[in-house]
Parts: sequence; structure tokens; C-alpha cells
Amino acid sequence: MNPFRKLGPIVAAALGAAAVFAGARPAAAASPDGFATRTVWACDHRKQVVVEGFAPGQKLPPAKAQQVADVLQDLMRFCNEEVVAHISTDERVQLSVNGLPFVDYVPGGPLPAQLVVGKSEVTERDKAIWKAELDKLVKEGDRLFHSDELGTNGIACAMCHPNAANTHPETYPKFQIEMKQVALLRDMVNWCIQNPLEGQKLADDDARLKALEAYILSSRKGVAMDAGKH
Amino acid sequence: MTVNLTPKELERELRERSPASERLIRSLYNCDRRHFLKVSAKFAAMAAAAGVIQPHGFQLVEVARAATTPGAAPDVAFRFAYVSDSHLYARGMTHRFAKAAAKAVADVNALDPQPDFVLFGGDLAQLGRPDELDLGRQILKDVKAPIKMMVGEHDWYFDMGEKWKEFFGPDRYSFDHKGIHFVTLNSVVEKDFWTAKGYTPEQRMAIVAGLDDGRQSRFEVGEEQRDWLAKDLAKVPKTTPIVVFSHSPLYHYYEPWNFWTVDAAEVQALLFPFKSATVIHGHTHQQLTNRIKNIDFHGMLSTAWPWPYAPTGLPKLTIQMDRPNPFDQFDGCGDGTVDVLAGGTVDKHYDLWDRSPYTVTHADLVAGRTGGGPSY
Repeated sequence: MNPFRKLGPIVAAALGAAAVFAGARPAAAASPDGFATRTVWACDHRKQVVVEGFAPGQKLPPAKAQQVADVLQDLMRFCNEEVVAHISTDERVQLSVNGLPFVDYVPGGPLPAQLVVGKSEVTERDKAIWKAELDKLVKEGDRLFHSDELGTNGIACAMCHPNAANTHPETYPKFQIEMKQVALLRDMVNWCIQNPLEGQKLADDDARLKALEAYILSSRKGVAMDAGKH
Repeated sequence: MTVNLTPKELERELRERSPASERLIRSLYNCDRRHFLKVSAKFAAMAAAAGVIQPHGFQLVEVARAATTPGAAPDVAFRFAYVSDSHLYARGMTHRFAKAAAKAVADVNALDPQPDFVLFGGDLAQLGRPDELDLGRQILKDVKAPIKMMVGEHDWYFDMGEKWKEFFGPDRYSFDHKGIHFVTLNSVVEKDFWTAKGYTPEQRMAIVAGLDDGRQSRFEVGEEQRDWLAKDLAKVPKTTPIVVFSHSPLYHYYEPWNFWTVDAAEVQALLFPFKSATVIHGHTHQQLTNRIKNIDFHGMLSTAWPWPYAPTGLPKLTIQMDRPNPFDQFDGCGDGTVDVLAGGTVDKHYDLWDRSPYTVTHADLVAGRTGGGPSY
């Protein structure tokens, strides 16, 4: 029986933390239950393999070294995730991704369901979540685009731009003659807020500006570029 | 084209109205509008200062208009003017839409000779509020010529036309003027979409005010009003020219924006038996031209803002106005006049505020001319 499974996630997380610590300062590393561990990092500094039964700095025999290399290579499937692999003295391999509990894992085999992240295994549920998040932002942009709350005179963006018509996001960046500088879509959005709507300019990191851009871009997605036309 | 005349020569030409002056006037009409205005303003000021002519009598734009068809001035029986789609908020006369509406009133008041009447094409208010309609009423009180009012959806759906009718009278009527039978319709009737959803009057109005708000119904004249129209037209000889005022275009252009009248075909069928029929409509805020059988259709400009052309459905006879410059509030906006010709057909003038004026003639439509280029 694997000790980490018995001890549960808390210990597993503690091991993960210890392993990170070991990676940073190998000379002082030791697992909490007294086993010596040797930590090997991948070149992306996100994947690490903790090998039980070897002291920090101790040279690994060729077979063990190959096993560690194979595991690290396989872990590249996780792309940008933080992954800790643990190889115990009884040759069991377990993984923890982004601090989640350790689970059993066979190098090169299918990923354990608990570890599915990123683009490797996209489920319908993932897609539903992502779409809901996107729709939420676009919907908020739609609301703002049709609302008079960005200005002070009752005017809303959609009064001149039904369905975001005539916004031409595909034409930016461009030198906007009247502004005498290169403008992005957001600069024109702000110009309209300040002039026809007589409102206050939105800051570049304002969530409302992001929402307006999301609405305009999504409404115009797939519309053929026809600069200067409606 | 450059006008190489001194102000004195211009003045003499205008007084004498010789064939040469007609040519001059035509050349003025075709010259760049800014240049034209510069020349005419300068001349008017000089002439007025010298006491040669009354400032009011100097209306080169109007004189020039009489000669838009090369070679022969059209036989204009009379002229009426239009102002449309002002979309007023009750935020005083400093609001940009109020200023624009007042500008249009000044335009039609400056016409010399004065038009026989001024049509207001609907959407006086933005959200149908009594105070918005009242502001509009105050602004339109300054119009010197008699005014004919038409209702738009922005005037109607807060109180279902109650205040509008109190201020301006019936929303549909007909009248005869110099041999023409005019009909004004309420073409913004929508089937009830609000009761089942429990919308308040404010919500109902806000939904209708959203051009791209698909929660509303589509515009129609409606069976009851079509019956009224049929009865009204039954009294009119088929040789009498008909001119219909309708807020929405009385044909199918683009349904998602209500550039549309559901029962347009039924209304058109009532007009087909007449020798001549013309529909003047608002709502679309753009130069817009169509002809179906014997019916000419002309859009009106808005004083408040221009609308982009819809993605599909644009009638092929339309000479599109150019994409307005968003940095110029008045670009793509304006007002205009309608020349009713001797035979009862019309030539339609778009007086774009920051572009050259543009005219669509009945002869253009009959000939199916689609060229002529952009409006500036």
C-alpha cells in the first residue's frame, strides 16, 4: 500500500512543497517520513520527479535515470502545468498536478481522469464552461452597447451601430487621421463614449471596455473585411 | 467646377435670369458645396451691405435647384419640404439632437420661396415621453410653413400614441393639395408583444426603440387601416396622382431592423391602379430609393444620426450616400425638399448638411438609372 494514498492529500501536498523546496535547495532535502529523495527538474522548471531512496545529489543508476527521463518526457503532455511525479522505492509512480492530490499513473499510458487539463482531453463539460464564460462577457458588452449608462446624454452605441454595424474592428490598428495617431478599436470606442455619448473615457483595463470589445468583435466575426463600407 | 465670376457679375446674372444664367446656376449646383457656400455667403453679405438686394432674397441653392436636369428645367408644380427622425430627448435645447432639429427648422424657414408645407416624418421623440414630444412641439412651432405631422414608433410605444395625438391630431389622414391626393399613414403598428411578457410602458418603448432588438414585432399598416385606406382611395379618380407618407418603408428591405412593413404588398396593391404613386418614408436615416411598378419610394434623412445600410436587401436603384464621418456630428444627416412635378410625380432632394445636396429624379427611376455616383 502506498503511504501517500493512506495519508491523503494533506501529506501529498506537503510532499509536493517539500519537493519544490528540495529542487531549490537540494542539499537540505529530505522527505517528511525520513526517506531520502533525489529531485530532478525538467528544463521548463515546472515538472519535477522526486525519486525515493536516493539522496540529494546522489548519482542515479542508468536504469533509474532512464525511468526519470521517460517520466519527464511524458509529463510534457501537461504543457504549462506544475507537475510533481513521485517514484517510490516499490517503483510505483504517482502524479500531482497544480497541487492537487497524488494519483497513480503509468508513464506513456492514458492520463488519469483526475488529471485531465489543457487541450489534451477536452470534455463537453469543459466546452460548456468556456462558452458560458465567453457568452457572459459578450452579453455584458451587448448590454453596455445598447445602454445609455456609458454617456450622459441618453445616447447609446447601438443607436448608430445596430448589431455593431459600421464598427469595422477588422480595420484596426490604423492611423486615425482625426486623432492624429494610430488607433486601436478601443481608442475609437472611447472616442465615441467621450463625444457622441458625452461620457467619461474608460481605462484600458476597465472590464466594461473589454466587454464592449468582446461584443463588437464577436458580432462582426466572419463578416468579410470591406474597409470603408458598411 | 470653378466659378470665375465676380460677385457683381453674379448678381447681374441672377437678376437677368438669361439662358447664360441658367448655365451658371447649373454650374453652381455642380460645384463643390463648400466652395459654393463660401461664394454665395460672401456675395450675399456684399450685396446686402450695398443694399442691392434683400439678404432674404438671396437663395442661390434654391434657384440652382430648379435646373437639376441638364438642358431643361423640370416643370415644378409646387414644392414641400421635410424634416424627419429627430429623436429628441427632453434634455433642453443644448442637447445635440435638439440643436440638430432646430437647425433643420432654420433650413426650411430659409427656403425662398417657402414650401407649400413641411412634412415631419416621424420619430420626433426618442422614448415617446410627453416632455420629449413637448420639446419637439416647441421646436416645430417655429416652422413658418404649414406642417404635416406623421408618427413614428419612437413617438408611439410609451403611451400608444396618446400624447402624440393630443398634440398633433390623428395619426392617419388624407388631404388634397393642388391636384394631388396625399395620404399619411401610421405604418409602425406592431402586434402585441408586451402583454404576455408583462413589459411596462417604459420597457415596451425601450424595446421598440432598439433597432436591433428582436423582442419586438414587425411594423405593419394593419388590416383596419388598410380598409380605411381602400375606402379613402375609392373616392379618388385613378388619374389623380397619389403621394403617401409612411414612417416605415412600404416595402421589404431588411426585416431584422424593421426596415420593413409586413403588409407592404397589400398597401402597394391599393396604389397600383393609380397613374402615379409616390411613397415618402422616414425611419431608415439614409438616402434610399426604390421603384415597384408605378410606385416611386424615397427615404428621408434624419436630423439626429445616419444609419448604415443594411447587410442585405438594399433596392438596386439606391444611390448610396457615402459612409458618414463619425467625427462630424452632422455628416450623413440633414433634411430636404420634394418637387412635385406637373404630372404629379416627384423629384426628391436630399440636403445633406455636410455633403453636397443630392437629387433623385422621377426620370432617373423610370430610366432605371443606378449610376450617378456617391453623394459628395
